[in-house]
Amino acid sequence: MAPAATLAAPRAEAPVLAPRKAQAPYPIVIVGHVDHGKSTLIGRLLHDTDSLPEGRLAELQKVSSQRGLELEWSFLLDALQIERDQGITLDTTRIWFKTAKRPYVIIDAPGHREFLRNMVTGASGADAAVLVTDAERGVSEQTRRHAYLLSLLGVTKVIVAVNKMDLMGHAEAAWQAVKDEVSAYLAKLGMQPLYVIPLSARHGDNITARSQQMGWYQGPTLLEALDLLTPPAGRADATFRMPIQDVYRRGDRRMAVGRIETGRIRLGDKVEIAPTGQPATVASIDTGRGDGEQFARAGQSAAISFIEDAALARGQIIAPAGHMPHLALALRVRAFWLDSEPLLVGSRLTLRLTTAEHAVVVEKFERIVDVENLNDADTQELGQGGIAEIVLRSAAPIAFDPHTDLPITGRAGLARGTRIVGGAVVLGAAENAASVKGPVTAVDSSVDRDAFEARNGHRGGVLWLSGLSGAGKSTLAMGAQRRLFDDGWRVLVLDGDNLRKGLNKDLGFSPAERLENVRRVAEVAKLMAENGSVVLVSLISPTAELRELARSIVGDGFHEVWVKADVNTCAKRDPKGLYAAARDGKIAQFTGVSAPFEAPASPDLVLDTGEFDVATTTELLIAHIRRNLALDQADGHAVGI
Amino acid sequence: MSSLDQQHLDHLDQLEAQSIYILREARVRLKRLGLLWSLGKDSNVLIWLCRKAFLGELPFPVAHLDTGLEFPESYEFRDRYTKEWGLNLIKDECPPIEMTDPTLPPGTRVAARKSLGLAAALEKYQFDGLITGIRRDEQATRAKERIFSPRGLDGSWQAANQPPEFWDQFTIERAPGTHMRVHPLLAWTELDVWRYIQREEIPLVPLYFAKDGKRFRSLGEIGITFPVDSNASTIEEIIEELENTRTPERAGRSMDHEAEDAFERLRTTGYL
Ligand SMILES: Nc1nc2c(ncn2[C@@H]2O[C@H](COP(=O)(O)OP(=O)(O)OP(=O)(O)O)[C@@H](O)[C@H]2O)c(=O)[nH]1
Ligand SMILES: [Mg+2]
Repeated sequence: MAPAATLAAPRAEAPVLAPRKAQAPYPIVIVGHVDHGKSTLIGRLLHDTDSLPEGRLAELQKVSSQRGLELEWSFLLDALQIERDQGITLDTTRIWFKTAKRPYVIIDAPGHREFLRNMVTGASGADAAVLVTDAERGVSEQTRRHAYLLSLLGVTKVIVAVNKMDLMGHAEAAWQAVKDEVSAYLAKLGMQPLYVIPLSARHGDNITARSQQMGWYQGPTLLEALDLLTPPAGRADATFRMPIQDVYRRGDRRMAVGRIETGRIRLGDKVEIAPTGQPATVASIDTGRGDGEQFARAGQSAAISFIEDAALARGQIIAPAGHMPHLALALRVRAFWLDSEPLLVGSRLTLRLTTAEHAVVVEKFERIVDVENLNDADTQELGQGGIAEIVLRSAAPIAFDPHTDLPITGRAGLARGTRIVGGAVVLGAAENAASVKGPVTAVDSSVDRDAFEARNGHRGGVLWLSGLSGAGKSTLAMGAQRRLFDDGWRVLVLDGDNLRKGLNKDLGFSPAERLENVRRVAEVAKLMAENGSVVLVSLISPTAELRELARSIVGDGFHEVWVKADVNTCAKRDPKGLYAAARDGKIAQFTGVSAPFEAPASPDLVLDTGEFDVATTTELLIAHIRRNLALDQADGHAVGI
Repeated sequence: MSSLDQQHLDHLDQLEAQSIYILREARVRLKRLGLLWSLGKDSNVLIWLCRKAFLGELPFPVAHLDTGLEFPESYEFRDRYTKEWGLNLIKDECPPIEMTDPTLPPGTRVAARKSLGLAAALEKYQFDGLITGIRRDEQATRAKERIFSPRGLDGSWQAANQPPEFWDQFTIERAPGTHMRVHPLLAWTELDVWRYIQREEIPLVPLYFAKDGKRFRSLGEIGITFPVDSNASTIEEIIEELENTRTPERAGRSMDHEAEDAFERLRTTGYL
């Protein structure tokens, strides 16, 4: 089925008069210290390029004089009453204009330190920046901080505007002084200003028209400098990465949806899905262009299905076979901090790397940067607006790319709870951190599986009991264990709750952590089954993905058992009081209440505890185990009673 | 013709892909979503994008806040495309004008009925997230918006205290009792919308096309929305007109112009 086929206009019937192609506007952010004239510069630029809509100038004139001011160009951008009343920009905004060469979107950013989060919000969307510096006051605190943030945000094309030259008598020396200081600072960040332009925003000198007062300046005007910027490089030639945003079902087909961040993909491509590394082959691609799509590329939002029954989940990254992202438990990052409450060693954060979320803890500060001089700061905590190199440790492996290789899968937001409080670019895996991928040679067991099984009189295997909390998984597992043990079977129970107290106590309930929880339990169950034991796993495992992951790890001898009871029955039983707590909102992501449970489509066994009593369902489970795992008498072994 | 491999994503492709990304993010992170359908061009584009994002379906209700003051053509359009697009339509009537803040200018009060209707719908349907078609280029306070914009307990917009939003990391989880506004079209311009409508052949209320030298550039209620002088009677002509005009899009909306802060006051108290 390709429902989008009816939506997309048929390409072949494009109008004869081909419409003029819309060109993407070049996004430029205007940054710099508070009051150095950023908003004024934009207002003037828009006016001098004749880009203001009709009536706008008169309106600005009116609201300026209402406040007893001469024409305030900054009011074009500073539209909020509080901004106009205080005379500063609080939040970032955007405005469009075009030159003969191309369209632009100009992003205004606030210069006040308190609104750094808004500056980051604005600057993160830019491909180039104008760093505005007041000629009189010179390079100031936020001039430096903004420059540093630009380098972290990857905005390395920087034009410096030395503003308010009118206050310095338009003297070349004033411009030269700022030029030297800014260039020296940027050089330490590995950047170089493309142009350093002396101008006066308020009076319109060197914005669009060459200044009469500064004949000594030979370089381009601001407008010329903008038109000289080279367009950003495309991302389609980089290594393919598609972080999974969600998993959609259409009939029996499951599709990973997400945006292709880098590279290209086509039908039949072999991929691996990080972090688990499952191999898969692309079976279909849907970007909404209609039937028969063969191909997709960086920038497109796509839905991709695979030939194999791959375990798909939000937060995984699809990569070409053999070109997986790196995996590590600890990352070295360079971070900027936006929260008023400082970051300390031991602080817990959520690392949001594309669509993946990882619970991490600050292991150490490698250095905290003094933004004034770029030396090490003498402090043990990272305050608001600060920048530091940090080691972050996670319980589950993090898939990432070093940001110098692939910026998008090499950067992350930092959140405290649900609040975004910072950002980080990934420098690499932390040294000494246990590497997840390493050259490992497996050692063979000295006793083979057949020998174990012959002695035990039964085969090893894994009974994976999934179902809602309170459905009866643990009761059934324990009941069956006792009976089989009494009959001389080797039988173990791996209980989800118990494991979360030990082996998995470092894991939470995010999709990534649920995946890691299942992965670990499945690996342990597999080892035990290989050593001849019958393993009863009781674990909610709410999604088909999770159960398929378990099946793929365990391999032969995996039995999917659905312990079935509807949510109302379970909530009525509520043996641990969890449903009540979840309904009160005390537990987030509670399966059946605030997180979904996907009923198994084709389980090996269904135990309906809503319908039958415990004795009956326990018998059914034992019978299933005997039927499938007992060695028959012909082999010379007792089957048990 | 070069193969798709070589082809560059054009601007509309990029906008479309980004909006789809936002819609899917909203769907995976917010449980009870609704889409506000004004019957205008922007929210039609929004519905179109949703159907692409969700592979042909629209998996949440679409709400038309009805003041009873829409043009007859608009109602006709609504009823036709509710069926054709298989929409789950909510069309509750907005509270009367007497219920609005009497200190607001008259045109603004008509618009404020929508805010009240919106508050009522939020209460009744308990939405976690409301998707709307506002754009930054429409109006200077809208230009300050976030893509995912948290609202206060009373539905208010905290313009001076918005969360950071970068690298497509959105603040999506919301405080209990509040909702999120989701703005997939924030980065689009009026021209982008028209070019996309042209490319995708998206149906529209006919009032957008000139008749007897007048057309609606922005469509709202009878009495507070006025047509502009225009002879543009086809999409091509409209695009041509917009490429050359200097009149702002919302010039025909009285509530934007009655006082310096009228629109901001509307917005901070819950209007789109
Ligand atoms: N003399 C002189 N004054 C200027 C010039 N450019 C801007 N100003 C004034 O400097 C003040 C601050 O200008 P804004 O444009 O608001 O500064 P900003 O950098 O946007 O400030 P924030 O956004 O709050 O960080 C205003 O009073 C402007 O009129 C200039 O070229 N010469
Ligand atoms: Mg400003």
